[in-house]
Amino acid sequence: MAKFTLNINGTKQEVDVDPSTPVLWVLRDHLNLVGTKYGCGIAQCGACTIHLDGTATRACMLTVSSVGNQEITTIEGLSKEGDHPVQKAWLEVDVPQCGYCQAGQIMTASALLDKNPNPTDEEIEMAMNGNICRCGTYTRIKKAVKLAAKS
Amino acid sequence: MTLVKTKIGRRAFIRNTGLASGGLVIGFSWLASCKMTPEQVNSLPDEWFELNGFLKVGDNGMVTIMSPNPEIGQNVKTSMPMIVAEELDVAWKNVLVEQAPLNTDIFTRQLAGGSQSIRQGWESLRMAGATARQMLKEAAAQAWGVSADEITTKDGILTHEGSGNSAGYGEMASAATSIEVPEEVQLKDNGDFSIIGTDKKNVDGKKIVTGKPLFGLDVYKEGMLTAMIVHPPAFGMKFKSMNAESVKSMPGIKDVFHFEAYPEDVEKQWSDGGAIPELVAIVGNSTWECMQAKKALNVEWEEVSKLESTSYHDEALASLLEKPQEEPARKDGDVDAAFKKAAKIVESTYSAPYLAHNTMEPMNFFAHVTPEKAELLGPIQTPEFLEQTLVSRLGMPAEKIDVMMTRMGGGFGRRLYGTFAVEAAAISQKMNAPVKLVYSREDDMTQGTYRPSYKVKYKAGLDENGNLIAWHVRGAGTNDDLIFENRFPAGAVDNYLAEKHSLETNVTTGAWRAPRSNFIAGAEQAFMDEVAEAAGKDPLEFRLELFDRAINNPVGDPEKNDYDPQRYAGVLKLVKEKSNWDAETGESRGVAAYYCHNSYVAQVLELENGGGDIPRVNKVTCAVDCGIVINPLAAKNQIEGGIIDGIGHSMYSALTFEEGKPEQSNFDTYRLMRNSEAPKNIEVFFVDNGIDPTGLGEPSLPPAIAALSNALYKAKGRRFYKQPFINDKPPLVG
Repeated sequence: MAKFTLNINGTKQEVDVDPSTPVLWVLRDHLNLVGTKYGCGIAQCGACTIHLDGTATRACMLTVSSVGNQEITTIEGLSKEGDHPVQKAWLEVDVPQCGYCQAGQIMTASALLDKNPNPTDEEIEMAMNGNICRCGTYTRIKKAVKLAAKS
Repeated sequence: MTLVKTKIGRRAFIRNTGLASGGLVIGFSWLASCKMTPEQVNSLPDEWFELNGFLKVGDNGMVTIMSPNPEIGQNVKTSMPMIVAEELDVAWKNVLVEQAPLNTDIFTRQLAGGSQSIRQGWESLRMAGATARQMLKEAAAQAWGVSADEITTKDGILTHEGSGNSAGYGEMASAATSIEVPEEVQLKDNGDFSIIGTDKKNVDGKKIVTGKPLFGLDVYKEGMLTAMIVHPPAFGMKFKSMNAESVKSMPGIKDVFHFEAYPEDVEKQWSDGGAIPELVAIVGNSTWECMQAKKALNVEWEEVSKLESTSYHDEALASLLEKPQEEPARKDGDVDAAFKKAAKIVESTYSAPYLAHNTMEPMNFFAHVTPEKAELLGPIQTPEFLEQTLVSRLGMPAEKIDVMMTRMGGGFGRRLYGTFAVEAAAISQKMNAPVKLVYSREDDMTQGTYRPSYKVKYKAGLDENGNLIAWHVRGAGTNDDLIFENRFPAGAVDNYLAEKHSLETNVTTGAWRAPRSNFIAGAEQAFMDEVAEAAGKDPLEFRLELFDRAINNPVGDPEKNDYDPQRYAGVLKLVKEKSNWDAETGESRGVAAYYCHNSYVAQVLELENGGGDIPRVNKVTCAVDCGIVINPLAAKNQIEGGIIDGIGHSMYSALTFEEGKPEQSNFDTYRLMRNSEAPKNIEVFFVDNGIDPTGLGEPSLPPAIAALSNALYKAKGRRFYKQPFINDKPPLVG
């Protein structure tokens, strides 16, 4: 066990965990931030996507010891009132079915739009390819990303 | 208005007066723990009045509607309360929705499966709303000294025109609790619907996009331990021994033990189908610590039955296809005689592999079992069956067992089989502590309860005019005999023979979204294209000819046929029009239609021309007849998802076995469709016929596979017989 001070959603949080613990489980099991989801544990499905210094990152393979001072943003910290343009677009298009993968989808989409405010269809698809939606909301996800890009 | 007898169980109206007059918010603790939005908090009433088990009205006119059925992403948590709200005649913006816990005293069929929630819930949901409205009217009538028949309602307002009286539901809610439940109620005519048939957004949408705790895996409780299981690595193996001592001392680990999840004397339900009797449990403080211990633990297993490989399944199924069924499932006319005189004969064999459900949220469940009671909370499609198994497993009466459903991160049939919840309960009982059992993705994918592997052989005979005179189908599946003998084209062909076999194997199988249909539709409708081509006819017109036959001059007893040829033809005609089928587009297009789970779906799928080795789906045009559409926005979402699911799995996915061991265990080896592989565009059209609604969770998936396969034939000039199509030889790639 070791102590780590993490910068999560603008707040410093201290945890005492095994250094090999992935950020995913630190968030979920130790900090009660459960919006970041477990899907595969091997960075294949994207359900655990967070922002690490603004870059979309899979939290399931990111060890807590490797974070250092980098800023972590989770779905809970994407916006204060849940009104980030991507979140609003997701609601407007009514994207979710089961909803489980959607936090990860939103985190990937918002990181994409931060870097590329007007992505082409192909750029959206490429960015979103790391996020599996088993319910098959892919067409709506793309529509929502485009809607968020417009706003 | 239609006057009907109130038929929902009178038990639904047993009111807990303590709660009604006490003004308590009755949401159970799990939901109460979800933070409400400021608007919701501001609009909460001081007092709630429960008019029946489905709903309560607040003194300010807000209404809480309990959604009875489990939510797996099919959106019943929005659409079922919409039906109650419609008949209650309340404005949708004033409705709050809560997931009801399992309560067999109030609700019937709290089950998510078979696309039946809406179809089978339709009547009781309407009754619940309509009786409450009637009681509010009676309360107002007494208050104003007028006849209830003269009172009208709209958007939660009661009005008596003659006296000029008017009141909100909230003002009459208290008085309405003492009104006797009416023997008869009036239901709205379809034309008067103001909520049903309109787009309503997912009631959990805001919580989903802001990452609020909603799912089973999100359950964290005071003093809760985490548990993981280790199951046999191969089908045909069972636990032999282990040395757990060194693992028990690992950080955060509380216990490691072998246990019988299902001792022999447990009375099993059908929902326990894939149960693994003996398992190893690892219990600890956190998920990661359990995962580490799981990795370090060495368990020895012993072989107890044949270790089957995919090559064995394939050969065994193929040999069953050579074997006639002693008593054919259905036989009309004489196919052998017809084949002898046929001008043309077409024959093909289709096959598909096992599939895992792969819900994005792996199996998990919270259980807290004490000698006094058992509290179960998590994602389950069959809470009632789970409770029955727990009665036997825990040796506890049902009254002491509470089963509550969380929102589920996907179901697709997997969570019909609540073995994981029984395991959680057994572990909690042993530990005497609250426990959340969590499957790793690998546990989830290799545990079983798969979509069976299938093979089917078709033979069709055409006369010299291209008329279908004989149809022979013989199918086989692993632990499943595959064929629906009374489905189309039964009843449309004079000489028809359907035969089926099941191959018993130790690889466990279960319902996977649109069971059987998820393979047989793709095969039947692809073969239909082959036959149409041999007949020299347009594939869509060829199908319509057969439906004409089934309508005008059905073969055999039409009551026996599992479909209505008028509605079947209806969706084909609609998709023909909407896809502009008759126009030469130059694109590779395929058509298919299928009926399952009480709804009719026809699709035209168009592939992008040229370009890559794997053609991309440009567009799917889809026509659906599910009767009244409750919530078009969500209905379309289900249909789109089913289409993508069908295309994705038939194109890319497979689970294979070597010596009983699944060869895929995570998404690096098990391929699921990705965003850039999904259709670019899906357009959905509904038949508007006012018939009572049927479900949409499954029906759009099966035909998508055939529409894809028929379009692939146009694009590539050869038929695709073996799923996943991407592996069909010669390879699509290169």
